[in-house]
This record gives sequence, C-alpha cells and structure tokens, in this order.
Amino acid sequence: MVRLITHNLLACHAKGCTTNNFPLAFRDVQLENREAEYNPEFLKGFMPKIEWNALVSTARELGDVSLPAECPEPGTETDEFLHALHHVLMEIHVEEGSMVCPNCQHVYRISNGIPNMLLAEHEIK
Amino acid sequence: MSRPEFQAPPEIYYGDTEAKKYTHNTRNQAIQAEMTDRALELLNLPEGQPALLLDIGCGSGLSGEILDEEGYTWVGLDIAPSMLEVALEREVEGDLFLHDIGQGLGFRPGSFDGAISISVLQWLCNADTTSPTSSPPARLTRFFTSLHAALTRSARAVFQFYPQSDDQVTLITSIAMRCGFEGGLVVDYPNSQKAKKFFLCLFAGGGESSGGARRKVEIPKGLDGDGGEQEREPAAFEKRRTNGRGEKGKKRKGAKENHKDWILRKKELYRKRGKEDVPRDSKFTGRKRKSVF
Ligand SMILES: C[S@@+](CC[C@H](N)C(=O)[O-])C[C@H]1O[C@@H](n2cnc3c(N)ncnc32)[C@H](O)[C@@H]1O
Ligand SMILES: [Zn+2]
Repeated sequence: MVRLITHNLLACHAKGCTTNNFPLAFRDVQLENREAEYNPEFLKGFMPKIEWNALVSTARELGDVSLPAECPEPGTETDEFLHALHHVLMEIHVEEGSMVCPNCQHVYRISNGIPNMLLAEHEIK
Repeated sequence: MSRPEFQAPPEIYYGDTEAKKYTHNTRNQAIQAEMTDRALELLNLPEGQPALLLDIGCGSGLSGEILDEEGYTWVGLDIAPSMLEVALEREVEGDLFLHDIGQGLGFRPGSFDGAISISVLQWLCNADTTSPTSSPPARLTRFFTSLHAALTRSARAVFQFYPQSDDQVTLITSIAMRCGFEGGLVVDYPNSQKAKKFFLCLFAGGGESSGGARRKVEIPKGLDGDGGEQEREPAAFEKRRTNGRGEKGKKRKGAKENHKDWILRKKELYRKRGKEDVPRDSKFTGRKRKSVF
C-alpha cells in the first residue's frame, strides 16, 4: 500500500534531519501490482508536485523503466506517457521491506503494506 | 462512562476488540460518514477537480471510505495498528501509515490539497507520559506546523472533534494560528444536546501573506436546527446521502450509482485484482511508539 505517489511526497521527519532527507531509499522490497482506475485529470493535477528525478530513479530501482528522464512540459503529455505515469504512481505497491533515510539512516519498516513512521523519543523534534 | 481518551492511550484503547466493535457498529458507521460528508463540505474543494487528501487519524477507514466513494485519492495516518489492520481488511483505497501525528508529519511542502480528521483531535490533548516532548502543546505545535507545511496554499484542513472544554478549544485554536493557519470553530446544531458538532476549520493560505495586511478569511457558518438526520436509522441515512449527491456523484464512476452498486463495483474491482489471495494474517511489526530501530 505504499505507492510511489506517496513515497514521492515522503521525507524523513526525525529530529535534526532537514537536508538530504529525501527520497527515502527502498530496501528488500516485495512488490505487488494492483490495477487502479486510470484518471488522467488527477495525474495532470498531481504532476507539478512530483520530484521528477526521485520518481524516475525510484521506479528504476523497483524495475520499471517506462518513465522518461525529463518530465514533459504541461500540455505536451502523450497518452502513452500518462499511462506509464499512472502505472508507476498508482499501481505498484510496496508490501514488505523498508525505507531508509539517506541522511540519518533511520529505517522505516514496511509490513503488510504499512510503513511504520513512529520515532523513538530521542528522534522527536 | 468517561471519555475514551481518558481511559488509555489511543493505540491501546483501539485494540483488536474495540477496533472491530467500533468499525462494525452500523450506527457508528452512519455517524462517522455523516461527519465526513460535512467535513468535505467545509473543505470546499474546487468542483470537479481531482484532489489528493490527507485523512488524519484515519482509523479503520470509515471516513476514508467516503473519500473513496467521492473519487478522492487519499493518504491515511493512524497510531493504532489494530485500526489499520481493520482498514486493510476493508480494502480501503488510500495508502496507510502507522504514525503518531503528535510527532509531526513527514511530507514535503505543498503535498496535499486538503486534510480531514474525524473524531481524533481530542486525543492529542492528553499526555500519556511526563516527558516534555509529549506535553499536549508540544505535540499540537509539532503537528500543526508540519501539517501547515504539507498543505498547498489554497488548502483547508477540517477537524471534527470532541473538545473537553472551552479552554481546550482555545488552546488548540491558538496553537493552530501560531503555526500559520487562519480560521476557527464551526458549531453545527449548537442548540441540540445530541446533534451538536464541532468542526475546526483551518485555512493554510492564512498567515502566509508577505508584508501587506492579512487577508481575513471567512469562517463558514454552522448548521441550525436539531440535526434531525442524526437520529435516523442508517437505512434512511444512506438514502439521503445518495440522493443528496447529485453533482459530486459525477466524479464517481456513473452518475446515478447508489451505495450498493458502488460496493459491488468495488468488490468486482478487487476480484479482478486478485486481492482475495493476498494474505492479511500477520500483524505488522514495530507497533511500539518507543521501539528502538
Ligand atoms: C474515533 S476514531 C476515528 C477514526 C476515523 N477517522 C473514523 O472516522 O472512523 C479516532 C482515531 O484517532 C486515532 N488517533 C488518536 N491519537 C492519534 C495520534 N496521536 N496519531 C494518529 N492517530 C491517532 C486513533 O487511533 C483512532 O483510530
Ligand atoms: Zn533522516
């Protein structure tokens, strides 16, 4: 249930971790593909929020190479591109594994599709 | 009976038994759905535009199911593993996170177009340890600051909650304002003991204006009357909801789809996805707030 749409929004929130805390790196993941309803309007609305480089590199790490290195300009998205984006953002689910902060190395475990974002007392801001 | 939030920390109070009881009680389902509908109304999202929403304290997904139904994409946060487990069983569409909102949120700036939170905020007002990081003002400040950052500038956040006192309303509201929000309390059915409901309605665009005078936001008006529908049976309630949702329904698949059709369609979608085969047996790990990783 962690999909790349949410992963792309997620940064480490541990105390003192304010730079280089995105994107969290996936480790030992188990993936599952689940069909989701295609909604091009939603995708176009969401595109300005995407950190494109992080999305492309994370998708590649998970074995999906369908996205172009450059994000198309608004209004120039092809159907093929939007379908690829739909699949990457909405249909790839990370079920097990973990996400590791590139800065402080905090490990957020994912179990049954649910990441554990709880911090220990000394990690709270 | 004393309030749930006085009895135990949320992740303990909403253990396996209570999570199931809470979720399967049809009267409770109807009340949570009704309040979610009202929160969405107060959220005042642009008509016909898809949005990404946050469901703060999503629990077992009773509020999230309404977001699914309305065609919104959402992310849910909750501190109680047993509630999230039930949400998985109910196959809600949102991405779920085990998260203590009092520790602050970890989303990039401008991630969400709006946030709802149904029957949660009162839980943040109880300290369950003596540690300074867990004082209610510290937790509320961390939460509102990080929420404000995670919202787009035009976003609102609407919290239905059960305040313990006027002082508590003042405390929560003043901290939210200090964290950059504008807005205030909306009270529905103020003259009815039974139906009276509190919604804290926050505007993220509020305190942001650079230099010039602050744009004054207009706080929505509460509903009058005695909230008659609150006392109706769930069946009647479903009817009202489907009928009342003419235009919004278009965003859902098929304008005239009623609730039952919607469930059937959703079930079909899951069968197509082969979700039934997905094992849901193991409890997810790391459920302690203070676990060391
Ligand atoms: C009454 S339930 C409401 C659930 C859901 N919004 C609904 O409408 O059915 C309150 C929820 O708030 C959650 N909660 C309480 N304190 C929390 C916190 N600090 N962080 C995240 N969730 C919390 C509880 O675990 C519980 O699931
Ligand atoms: Zn970190």
